[in-house]
Amino acid sequence: MANTMTLVSTVTVGAGGAASIDFTSIPQTGTDLVVMCSLRASGVGTNLTFNNDNGANYSKRRLQGSGSTVSSNSASAQAYVNFIGQDATTYVANTFGNAAIYIPNYTSSTNKSVSIDGVTEDNATAAWMGLDAGLWSGTNAITSLKLASSNLDNFAQYSTASLYIIDKSGATGATVA
Amino acid sequence: MTEILTKVVVCGGACEPKCGKCGEPQIIPLTAEEIAQREADAIAYAEQQAIVEAEAAAKAEAKASAEAKLAKLGLTPDEIAALK
Repeated sequence: MANTMTLVSTVTVGAGGAASIDFTSIPQTGTDLVVMCSLRASGVGTNLTFNNDNGANYSKRRLQGSGSTVSSNSASAQAYVNFIGQDATTYVANTFGNAAIYIPNYTSSTNKSVSIDGVTEDNATAAWMGLDAGLWSGTNAITSLKLASSNLDNFAQYSTASLYIIDKSGATGATVA
Repeated sequence: MTEILTKVVVCGGACEPKCGKCGEPQIIPLTAEEIAQREADAIAYAEQQAIVEAEAAAKAEAKASAEAKLAKLGLTPDEIAALK
């Protein structure tokens, strides 16, 4: 278990909206990263990228439910990891989708995995929830990450994202052999 | 009037040399390259969504067809449901 979970920064989008939320110069002092976000834009899809890498270096598998159906899908050679994490502007006013993003071993020199648990909020029959397992085929330590709506639109005012660093370096406990 | 696209950027503090704005969200206009990438990503996302939706539609169609064939064989709706 983690020893500490430290808030690095919280961003709240202002009145003009924002095309993306970028966390840069991420301290390399932890073991894992967590991003908690509350977002609203025109659609329900959000894109996550690392280190400004826009190459076809991301893949993912998703389990999702819409309120009436369940399904799964996958994608490879993508320029981002897409996840369900924001409310669409067609949803009930002033509601926001939520997602928790977990990135273990972000300073490692191996490819980075990411797991994302996201939901939308709409006072209606259909609302989405999704579990995404993603992979970034990048071996550099993660020093920046970007959240952007999947469509050509802005995050709405009051959308927020918080970046935390998990430090497990001092964790103690039983060793399972 | 053309909308100026912006991003919110916040430095986590590991910058060298120090930016002097660590932890303070900055609103920065997108570069031409970022705008182009954004447009490319939106197109790619739409294409991927179309693939996912087509696969889901094909699966639903196959399921309905299979259920119809089972019904023609004489299975009741309860029996078909029991197979799911």
